[in-house]
Amino acid sequence: MSQTVINVENLSKLYRLGEIGTGTISRDLERWYKMRIRGQADPFLKIGETNERNKKGDSEIVYSLRDINFEVLQGEALGIIGKNGAGKSTLLKIISRITSPTTGKISINGRVASLLEVGTGFHPELTGRENIYLNGAILGMRKKEITSKLEEIIDFSGVERYVDTPVKRYSSGMYVRLAFAVAAHLESEILIVDEVLAVGDSDFQKKCLGKMQDVSTKEGRTILFVSHSMNLVERLCNKCLLLDNGIIVKNTNDVRGLINEYLFGNDKNSVHEWINQNQRTCGNEYFIPLRMFLCDQNGKKMGNTVSNNEDIYFNIDLQVLNIDPALNIGYSIYNEDSQIVYWSLDTDSEEERWPKIQIGDCSLRSKLPKRLFNEGTYRIGLLAGLHNRAYLFDPNKNSPFIHITIQGNLSDSPLWTEKRYGVVAPVIEWFVPPKI
Amino acid sequence: MDNKKPEVGWDLIIEGTSSLFDLKFRDVWRYRDLLLMFVKRDFVSFYKQTILGPLWFFIQPLFTTIIYTFVFGGLAHISTDGLPQPLFYLAGITAWNYFADCITKTSTVFRDNSNIFGKVYFPRLILPLSIVASNLVRFAVQMLLFLSMIAYYYWSGTVISSGWALLMFPVLVLMMALLGLGLGLIITAMTTKYRDLAFLVTFGVQLLMYATTVIYPLSAAPEKYKHLIELNPMTGIIEAFRYSFLGKGEFSTWSVGYSAIVTIIALFIGIIVFNKTEKTFVDTV
Repeated sequence: MSQTVINVENLSKLYRLGEIGTGTISRDLERWYKMRIRGQADPFLKIGETNERNKKGDSEIVYSLRDINFEVLQGEALGIIGKNGAGKSTLLKIISRITSPTTGKISINGRVASLLEVGTGFHPELTGRENIYLNGAILGMRKKEITSKLEEIIDFSGVERYVDTPVKRYSSGMYVRLAFAVAAHLESEILIVDEVLAVGDSDFQKKCLGKMQDVSTKEGRTILFVSHSMNLVERLCNKCLLLDNGIIVKNTNDVRGLINEYLFGNDKNSVHEWINQNQRTCGNEYFIPLRMFLCDQNGKKMGNTVSNNEDIYFNIDLQVLNIDPALNIGYSIYNEDSQIVYWSLDTDSEEERWPKIQIGDCSLRSKLPKRLFNEGTYRIGLLAGLHNRAYLFDPNKNSPFIHITIQGNLSDSPLWTEKRYGVVAPVIEWFVPPKI
Repeated sequence: MDNKKPEVGWDLIIEGTSSLFDLKFRDVWRYRDLLLMFVKRDFVSFYKQTILGPLWFFIQPLFTTIIYTFVFGGLAHISTDGLPQPLFYLAGITAWNYFADCITKTSTVFRDNSNIFGKVYFPRLILPLSIVASNLVRFAVQMLLFLSMIAYYYWSGTVISSGWALLMFPVLVLMMALLGLGLGLIITAMTTKYRDLAFLVTFGVQLLMYATTVIYPLSAAPEKYKHLIELNPMTGIIEAFRYSFLGKGEFSTWSVGYSAIVTIIALFIGIIVFNKTEKTFVDTV
C-alpha cells in the first residue's frame, strides 16, 4: 500500500460572523479576560451549532470546518465536493497554509503547491518572461529550477510570440495560459487545485486536464481538487470527499456514487416522480401542474434508472384553468454540470401539430430522444410561459424537477457502450458516399 | 487504519497554535530567490512607462532640499551647524526618507497584498523584507546624489571633515532599515484588525520628522525639549549619519547604542507580532 502523504486529524476552524470594527476591542478584551485569566471557555462560542448558511443562528462564531479527519495516500486524486459554503475552500486554504486551523493537526509529507487562483502575483508591467520567474518564485520554485524549465513553460503556454511583451497587453486567455503553464511545471509532490480549469478556451482546458491526469497517474503525484463541475471530478479523481456544513459526509472510492448522492440526495426513488402535494396553484391563472413522471409508451411509470435504448416519455398531468394562444408548456433538461442540454416545448413543431389542451384535467406527453444522452444523471424541470411575455415556470426559480439516470446501452456498437466524452452521445449514421 | 505514525516522519505539520518564537527563518532563506524577484519587480515597475525613468529617484530629494533651504534656511533662519544649508538638509532628507519609506510601506503590507496572501503560501516576512531591500536600492541611488553634492562643495572650497566615523555608515543604514521594518511590522499587524492605525501612520511619520533632527541640528534644539528629541531613536542615527559624512553633529556612542537597543527590541516584537498575525489575518482583512 502506498504511503500516507496528508493526514488530517480533528481539524476545526472557527469564523467570527458579522462586522469586525467598532466594539471589537472591548469584546477582544472580554474574551481574553475570560479565557486567559479566569480559564473559562470562549464566551462567544456556542457549542453545538452547525454552520448553515441559510439559517440564522444565535452565535456569532461558527464552525467552518468541524472535526475533519481523513488521509490521502500518495498518487491519489481526491476530489472535494459540496455546496457553496460547505468548507471546501477553507480546507484547501488550511492545507496550503494560507490560514491557520483553530484546532487540530495536519501532517504533510512532500512539497505542497497550491493553485487557488491562476496567475497570483502577476504584475501587469512586467513581461511574460519576467512574470514566469516572479510567479514561479511565488509558488516556491528556485530561480535555476525555473530557468531549466523556461522553454517547456513557454512552449506549453503557447504564447511564444508575446513572451517579451508586458502582460497587461495580453488577452485574458493568454494571461491564463501563461499562468497555468507556470503552475503545471511545479515540481511538487502534492498539487492543490481549486477550480482554476474553468478558464481558457476548450483547447487549453483539455491540455490542462491532460496535464493533471498525467501528474496523478504517470508521475504518481497527489492531487486535491475542488470543483463544482462533477464531470471534471469524475474524470480526474479516483477518490471523493463530500463536505456539508463543515463536516465530512462521506469519503469514498466510489466517486460516481458519491456524486449522485450529492446531486440528488439519498432518496433516489422519490425523485423520478413529482406530485403536487397540496394542489398549490403555483401563482398563475393558466394551469396547475399535478404530476410529472417518466413512463413507457403505454403510460406505465418507470424507475429513474433507464437504459439508453428504451423508449422514454416525459409525462405531465395538469389542470388547465385558462387557455391562452401564447401558452407554452415543456421542459428543460440539465446535465450534472447544470448545463442545459436542451429545451423542449409543446409549440416546437408547426402550428397544426401543436397538442390541443382542454380546460380541466389533461395530460401532455413527449418522447425523449433515444440514444442522444450520454451516461449520467439529468434533471428535468418544468418550463412554461407565455411566449415573449412571461415565464410561468422558470427552472432557475420555481419549477418542479424530476431526475433520470441513463445507464448502459449507449449504442449497439461493440466498441462504444460506456460513457464517452461530450455533453451528448448520439448515435449517428456513417456511410461511404457512392462514387459518381 | 493505523494512524499512529511517528512524528518525525512528516515534512510539515500544521497546527492551530505554534510557539511564539518560531520565527521560520529557515523558510525565509529557502524563498530568498523570491525576495530578489520582488525587489526587481518593484524597481522595474517603478519607472516603466516613465520618460525620466530612474531619474525620478533624484528629483524628489533634490526639490525637497531646495524647498527646505528656502523655507527653513532662508525664511526661518534655523541653524545648520555651520554647514552649507543644501548639504545639511540633503543629508537629513536622504537618511530620513529611507527610514520613512521603510516604515510607511511595511505598515500596509498586509492590506496591500491581501490578494496574494489569500491565494498562495510563502513566508510572509519575505514581502516586508523585499520592501526594505528595494528601498535600499533607492537609497543607494539617492546617496549618489548626496555624495556628488559633497564633492561639489568640497571642490568649491568648503571644509568637510569626514573621517573614521564613515566606517559606521553600514551599521547606520542597517539600523534605519531594521527600525523602520520593526515598527512597520508592528503597525501592519495591528491594522489588520483595527484600521485606525493606518491613518495615523502617514501623518505620524511626517510629524515624527519634526521631532527628529532633520531640519535642525540637535545643538540648536531648545534645552527644554532636547531630552524628548533624544528619546527618538532616529535622532541618534541621523546625527551620527551627518557626523560621519560632514563631521558636524552631536554624535555619541551612547545615543547610537540607545538607538541600536530600541531597534533590536522593535524588530523582535515586530517579527513576533507579524508571525502571529500572518496565520489568520486572511480571515479578518
